[in-house]
Amino acid sequence: MRNPLSQTIVSIKPSGIRKFFDIASERADAISLGVGEPDFDTPWHIRDEGIYSLEKGRTFYTSNSGLMELRNEICNYYRRRFGVSYDPKTETIITVGGSEAIDIAIRAMIDPQDEVIVPQPSYVSYEPCAILAGAKPVIIELKNEDEFRLTAEELEEAITDKTKILVLPFPNNPTGAIMEKEDLEKIAKICIEKDIFVLSDEIYAELSYKGDHVSIASIPGMKERTIVINGFSKAYAMTGWRLGYAMGPAEIITQMTKIHQFAIMCAPTTSQYAAVEALKNGDEDVKKMRTSYNQRRNFLMNAFKEMNLPCFEPFGAFYVFPDIREFGMTSEEFAFAFLDAQNVAVVPGTAFGSSGEGFLRISYAYSLERLKIAMGRLVEFVEELRKRG
Amino acid sequence: MREEILNFIEKNSRIDLKEVAVCLGMTEIDVANELAAMESEGIICGYHTLIDWDKVTQERIHALIEVKVSPQRGKGFDEIAERIYKYPEVQSTYLISGGFDLLVFMEGKTLREISSFVSQKLSTLDSVLSTTTHFVLKKYKDHGIVLNSKNEDERMIMTP
Repeated sequence: MRNPLSQTIVSIKPSGIRKFFDIASERADAISLGVGEPDFDTPWHIRDEGIYSLEKGRTFYTSNSGLMELRNEICNYYRRRFGVSYDPKTETIITVGGSEAIDIAIRAMIDPQDEVIVPQPSYVSYEPCAILAGAKPVIIELKNEDEFRLTAEELEEAITDKTKILVLPFPNNPTGAIMEKEDLEKIAKICIEKDIFVLSDEIYAELSYKGDHVSIASIPGMKERTIVINGFSKAYAMTGWRLGYAMGPAEIITQMTKIHQFAIMCAPTTSQYAAVEALKNGDEDVKKMRTSYNQRRNFLMNAFKEMNLPCFEPFGAFYVFPDIREFGMTSEEFAFAFLDAQNVAVVPGTAFGSSGEGFLRISYAYSLERLKIAMGRLVEFVEELRKRG
Repeated sequence: MREEILNFIEKNSRIDLKEVAVCLGMTEIDVANELAAMESEGIICGYHTLIDWDKVTQERIHALIEVKVSPQRGKGFDEIAERIYKYPEVQSTYLISGGFDLLVFMEGKTLREISSFVSQKLSTLDSVLSTTTHFVLKKYKDHGIVLNSKNEDERMIMTP
């Protein structure tokens, strides 16, 4: 029989987080700090609106781009929160999570041999999506000393004649890094000069702890070359509803909609009705959750300080990215040894790219009580390692 | 700053000063000073523990009593309310809009104890016109906490 498989997909490695979790999940009593989704339930009024839409029999497809009412609310929201205006009719599409938006945006813009710049450590799907679209991913290894921000120098060095897209994943998973206005302005200048497009993944925008998130699309000259990606999973604790969106120049959104209509048809209708409620009346919920995450972030930063574990202060998402290089172990070795000795699961930084070597991703989408226990165990583990020298 | 502290401790009164300070990004001394000030100003009125007594052998009966009273000239409802809330059996007393005036929560060891309180003490007060007693059969949610909730982490393993 012929090989039934595509060589492209076979050559892509499965996500590195998976391997680790398979092992951690076999230990029933392990404390996990590995999950990348909110520990809150979706606020009740949002769930209620979803239930109501089912009761009313709204079980049909929506238009391919999504409910007009939802697109309107999304555009209002981006104008209100981040000062960027989009046309809900032609410049907005509702997708199945931010992850679909990433995929179709890259596919809509890439021809074979084009290059996509992916700063790492970052969310694991940019690189495979680029490869599946036939592009060549070009990795920028972000550095701890820059607080894992993308610098203009790094970007300039990575650009070639073939560069088409820069992926801008901030606030960042797994590092928690953010890009402030001044950082973005330098990046924007280069993108305009070199005529490259930006895929700005702003899924963690609401989880910013040093002033409001700044979208690169709000910088003059950038809106016409930026696809903004966001969604409801992180801000409203709606991961299971699978709802995201993309906004950008009409000509790109039109082509994205084409892929979306062939592959997906439309995003789940129930989720779209619930999301309208989230945007209309969810500001207080977002604020409450952000406050709670920020308290946990403060708690962890203080715990690292007390155990003398270096960690730059991350101002976004719900991850911290401590530096474990002093112990002379790889991230994976450290994570497995920690799981073995103390029964706590954290994710090795290398799951998010080789530049994550020497770091761990610790999620604080967990209760303060759980974080307290886990940090107590980390102190013991770290002290034991240091004693052994 | 005060509101931040209050929001933080409202759901968790087992205060570890250092923890409050770290989480809110304040110093321990500031937190301690603010707490002391708010206690003396009567903003913080007590630190309680939410207990599901049904899970303990000790029997406790709770009742809500609707009380209709005739308000007094110059004093309104305050004096009769005071007369009622001074009984140690009474846990809380609210002035209510609607079909009756005062809502009284009380706790006792037996049905008899509560009914004798209502008939002997409450109903015999001069200003009290009538009472309606409701016994609590089951508590589902108290002070924002669902009793008997499993509280398990149901998030599944997924990648990425």
